[in-house]
Amino acid sequence: MSSLKQFIRAVRSAKTLNDERGVIQKESAAIRASFREESGDSNVRRNNVAKLLYLFTLGERTHFGQIECLKLLASPRFADKRLGYLGTMLLLDENQEVLTLVTNSLKNDLEHSNQYVVGLALCTLGNIASTEMARDLFQEVENLLSTANPYIRRKAAICAMRIIRKVPDLQEHFIDKTKLLLQDRNHGVLLCGITLVTDLCLHDPDMVHEFRPFTNALVRHLKSLTSSGYAPEHDVTGITDPFLQVKILRLLRVLGKGDAEVSEQINDILAQVATNTDSTKNVGNSILYESVLTILDIEADSGLRVLGVNILGKFLTNKDNNIRYVALNTLIKVVAVEPNAVQRHRNTILDCLRDPDISIRRRALDLSFTLINENNIRVLIRELLAFLEVSNNEFKPVLTTQICIAAERFAPTKRWHIDTVLRVLKLAGNYVKEHILSSFIRLIANSAELQTYCVQKLFSALKADITQEALTLAGAWTIGEYGDLLLKGGNYEEEELVVKVQESDVVDILATILSSAYSSQTINEYIITALMKLTTRISNPAQIERVRRILQSYTDSLDVEIQQRSVEYGNMFGYDDIRTGVLEKMPPPVFKEVSRQFEQQVTKPKGAGKRGTKKQIDEDALIELMGGDAAPGPTPSNGGSQDLLKGMFGGGDEAPTSSSPTPQSNLSSIMDLFNTPSPAPVQQQNPASAMPSAAMSFSSQLGSMAQPAAPSGPAQLPVYDKNNLAITLQLQRTADGTVNIVARFKNNGFTDNISGVTLQAAVPKSQILKLQPISTAELSPDAEATQAMRVQGSKGPPLKLRLKISYTKEGAGEVVDLVNWTEPLA
Amino acid sequence: MAIRYLILLSRQGKVRLSKWFITVSQKEKTKVLRDVAQLVLARRTKMCNFLEYKDVKVVYRRYASLFFVTGIDSTDNELITLEIVHRYVEQMDKYYGNVCELDIIFNFQKAYFILDELLIAGEIQESSKRTVLMCISQQDAIEDSEAHHEGLVRMGFQ
Repeated sequence: MSSLKQFIRAVRSAKTLNDERGVIQKESAAIRASFREESGDSNVRRNNVAKLLYLFTLGERTHFGQIECLKLLASPRFADKRLGYLGTMLLLDENQEVLTLVTNSLKNDLEHSNQYVVGLALCTLGNIASTEMARDLFQEVENLLSTANPYIRRKAAICAMRIIRKVPDLQEHFIDKTKLLLQDRNHGVLLCGITLVTDLCLHDPDMVHEFRPFTNALVRHLKSLTSSGYAPEHDVTGITDPFLQVKILRLLRVLGKGDAEVSEQINDILAQVATNTDSTKNVGNSILYESVLTILDIEADSGLRVLGVNILGKFLTNKDNNIRYVALNTLIKVVAVEPNAVQRHRNTILDCLRDPDISIRRRALDLSFTLINENNIRVLIRELLAFLEVSNNEFKPVLTTQICIAAERFAPTKRWHIDTVLRVLKLAGNYVKEHILSSFIRLIANSAELQTYCVQKLFSALKADITQEALTLAGAWTIGEYGDLLLKGGNYEEEELVVKVQESDVVDILATILSSAYSSQTINEYIITALMKLTTRISNPAQIERVRRILQSYTDSLDVEIQQRSVEYGNMFGYDDIRTGVLEKMPPPVFKEVSRQFEQQVTKPKGAGKRGTKKQIDEDALIELMGGDAAPGPTPSNGGSQDLLKGMFGGGDEAPTSSSPTPQSNLSSIMDLFNTPSPAPVQQQNPASAMPSAAMSFSSQLGSMAQPAAPSGPAQLPVYDKNNLAITLQLQRTADGTVNIVARFKNNGFTDNISGVTLQAAVPKSQILKLQPISTAELSPDAEATQAMRVQGSKGPPLKLRLKISYTKEGAGEVVDLVNWTEPLA
Repeated sequence: MAIRYLILLSRQGKVRLSKWFITVSQKEKTKVLRDVAQLVLARRTKMCNFLEYKDVKVVYRRYASLFFVTGIDSTDNELITLEIVHRYVEQMDKYYGNVCELDIIFNFQKAYFILDELLIAGEIQESSKRTVLMCISQQDAIEDSEAHHEGLVRMGFQ
């Protein structure tokens, strides 16, 4: 049997990882074998457990030795107990079943006559006590809390903390004795006592009141520490017991938070600590740092606050990166209360953006965002853009988002705003989130005076670089939409070169991107639509023919979406009379601060003419719903989850199906920004010409035709009845605001089949809708079908739904209807 | 509050000591050890001693060939944590007498014993330098006398 030393040597002398594994496995087997022999010799057992702990340090499996550790605990020898408790703490945790076997040993040892045995037991309890152990042993710990021996008293205090954390109900047993700890003269006991009190107060606000009367005692302790002379036992480079000072400051913070009286009591001592502590060493700074945290958290007077912020300012100029780190970290908390004080250090903070240390950069970046306001936006954004240029990729998504949000909020001029976002797109176009892109496009669409500028800028940017996805998307959309402005040139301000752009150049660039390796599916979709729009904005027949050929080459694309677009667009060449109308410029969408809600998901812009053939019906359903330009044709009802996203109804004041004759002019939702109306004529039989125009109101109740009530269950509420197709909804609410809806379809006709029945629905943006597929899309006379939906987040009746119903009926052809439905109040 | 774990790492990333004051599964421990070692070893000397790893702030310091790595709550005082680590190193230095990595490798139990006298539940329990070492040496003395006594018994003197 080798000794621990021999084993360690053997492991260390292994030449290769394989050798090492061999040594370890051999020894591990030997230890198991030795355990099985049940040697009564505790020296052997100790040797084995020690080796086991070495295995643990190496990250090996050690579960087979747990019981041996427990056997050591039961031994009367100190050496056995010492190693046994060490092993118990390392190899077990509160979730292990074996731990219950430890309780008895602990109970005995807590009452042992030797303080070190008691100490081992307390240490173990404090580190790994489970809930059961806490209940079983709290009385012993409570007794030990008032022993005369400070060594035991302090350990018992931390144990009490662990016990109360595990079983909060037990705290009342400890409170009285804990109060005594706060008056203890022994530093160790005081340290542990304060730790216990702080923990109590943090977990139970009532405890704060209980311990507030001790504020003065704590202040006295702190005062004596700061003013005492050299105390060798507790001295750390000239400062007396920094550990205790920090603990006291922290407890004072907890006690003083939100209490003017206590804050007043500790004002002076905080000022004293903040002024007198030596700031040349880390120790002193750790105390200063803690005192600043306390100053910022309590109701400190303004003079003290200024002092606190100034300390952070001084920290910021410290050469030590650690000190700068904590300063940056803490200033974030100050910005809200003392913005001007932090602004003063702006340049230093911006310098930290260039620090080689990523920890510093990360903190500085967070802080920089909070500093931006309308006065310094130009300077700060310039710095942040410079940082964006050199930053690690992991920073880029946050940076691009934050820069664009700040630009949107504080932009001094539209031109500046556009320039800023453009720069972001150029620098980090692959890290720009979708909602930033769509808000940029919205901005361009709304800035008629800058559209020429934008399209020229984007065009030249694309000529220089087509690797930045968001830039390409923005460029493709803008060139498609404002291609005529690009060709017209001119009125482009100042120093910029007015490049005369040829029609062939425009088609060239789009074609280049399309065939490049950087082109993603989304880019392809954008470009195909953009090319189609260009056909009405350019005049050279050769180029138009070229576009037609490009589109044609995609008619056999493996991607259904792209294939569909190119086929449909290709067909449009046959209808020149409507092509111009269909591809007319989009009305500017209503501005919406989508980007502020950056945490929310925003729908992915998708192209036109899509009827959800391949994918689950997603937001496109909505586009069609709102635009009312859906092409006729069977909409497959494969259904699927319909997670209609926020922002869909916020598009503004469109009246989707009102009297306007051209469908495309109705479009003004965000979605429609990306949506070219599809060519086919619209067949609408919508009775909703009086529909309210406010996007959010769905109150008009339509189609409330008579419908026999359901024989059982919740009432069947009529929704639609036309062409012999009757639809009713059955609503069932659950307690958590979920509404389960069953839609029933019935063909009331006698002879005619109804086929291709689909029902799509949308809800206000605060709610989430899930749509199941319809049971059958074909209804023979008198047949029925059902479709389940679920709405989450409904506050209560009345539920509002916007429904799109489409079907084909013999004799009536294709029918697409929109219904705004509100649940009738009973 | 408090230190969540303390790990001693060699420059090659080998674990020399690991103490966990929070309850986590072995799988999680292995992952944290691997990730933190990777992060810490990649740092250059001039950089600050703090890192952010998940919701934990990693405070580390290198002493000769060993990295002392702790994980603390993000609201904790990083600077005083460095002092705690430093105190631990000082105590070991006094105990072993000019401590080096090999001392800790071969006598790792002692390193754990010292740590257990310094920290419980991740909280510092004693700020006196003298007391901690005195406690350790008295406990060592008990062990020695037990061994001595046993030796005498074995040889038949008692």
